[in-house]
Amino acid sequence: MDWLRFFKREQKRSASIAKERLMIAVAHQRSGDANGLRYLPQMREELLAVVRRYVQVPDDAVQFNVARDEGIEVLELNITLPEKQRN
Amino acid sequence: MAKIIVVTSGKGGVGKTTTSASFATGLAARGHKTAVIDFDVGLRNLDLIMGVERRVVFDFVNVINGEATLKQALIKDKQLDTLYILAASQTRDKDALTQEGVERVLNELAQSFEYIICDSPAGIEKGAFMAMYFADEALVVTNPEVSSVRDSDRVLGILSSKSRKSEGGDGKVREHLVLTRYNPARVAKGEMLSVDDVKEILAIPLLGVIPESQSVLTSSNAGVPVIREENSDAGLAYQDLVARFVGEERTHRFLAAPRKGLLGKLFGSQ
Ligand SMILES: Nc1ncnc2c1ncn2[C@@H]1O[C@H](COP(=O)(O)OP(=O)(O)O)[C@@H](O)[C@H]1O
Ligand SMILES: [Mg+2]
Repeated sequence: MDWLRFFKREQKRSASIAKERLMIAVAHQRSGDANGLRYLPQMREELLAVVRRYVQVPDDAVQFNVARDEGIEVLELNITLPEKQRN
Repeated sequence: MAKIIVVTSGKGGVGKTTTSASFATGLAARGHKTAVIDFDVGLRNLDLIMGVERRVVFDFVNVINGEATLKQALIKDKQLDTLYILAASQTRDKDALTQEGVERVLNELAQSFEYIICDSPAGIEKGAFMAMYFADEALVVTNPEVSSVRDSDRVLGILSSKSRKSEGGDGKVREHLVLTRYNPARVAKGEMLSVDDVKEILAIPLLGVIPESQSVLTSSNAGVPVIREENSDAGLAYQDLVARFVGEERTHRFLAAPRKGLLGKLFGSQ
């Protein structure tokens, strides 16, 4: 009867392997999707315009970094001010 | 106001047309004036499943091109006077469906129908996109199988970014999961993804689970949507699905394998 149980266990794993693989494939697909982050370039332009109302900065002064951690998306924003404006 | 509902999936052969036919029939049987449109240009099929293939004179593309009026092209169901079918064209011209044309037909339908069901072709090309674009709600038809689930997730991404609703800032397309060809016996053995697995991965509300059923084939042979088969588990599951869609509470049936007697075990088909 042992061999029967062996096959049972193999089959149990079949669906759970499918699930595990899907979770990863889908997470990958979602992060690759332009969906959520489509607005980033536009937002960058607008932020740059706001910063420029106060200080003159080059085009690359506003930098984004998007990180995903345990389902939480973190948008990190860096604005580099020109040398002479600093104390 | 008319509600436009797309039946979509990404992957082909998962049960979109079967679901469109039964869903539209179920809504119409409850007295809601319903039109069901086949968007699968070049591969017309819905007419066969609805049993109206011999009555197709004009199709969707004829209406878009102004070669026929909508009234001429709509086929009235033989049993239900609340149900109308608009057949797909057999043309091989991929660009036959224009966005303006589709919008014009949907707007005209919206004046006299409560529900407009759009049976999407497979893929994420133009036809599928046209079927999705104007939708208020979506039935995402999925089989408990890896490629189907991943394709459904892909389609959900497109629905949330490339639809009239999302582009107009007019809220979000309401999404419903329809899990079809479900085989509880194989789920019990751990061979097939369970309802809960698929729900967890796709993370959208479950509208219905349709069991794998031989009656789907036999009813398609006869050109009768399976929801009309009172003795079929798939038919009953579609009736429950429609009831839930219009707001009734129904517990999910057919999630567990039917228990077989000794003879069933010896001679059962599964
Ligand atoms: N619940 C079901 N049980 C058994 N067979 C099914 C079921 N749903 C669909 N099928 C079969 O699967 C095939 C594809 O169905 P169809 O509705 O045409 O899919 P799609 O429109 O997504 O390509 C058909 O042969 C149909 O009879
Ligand atoms: Mg189809």
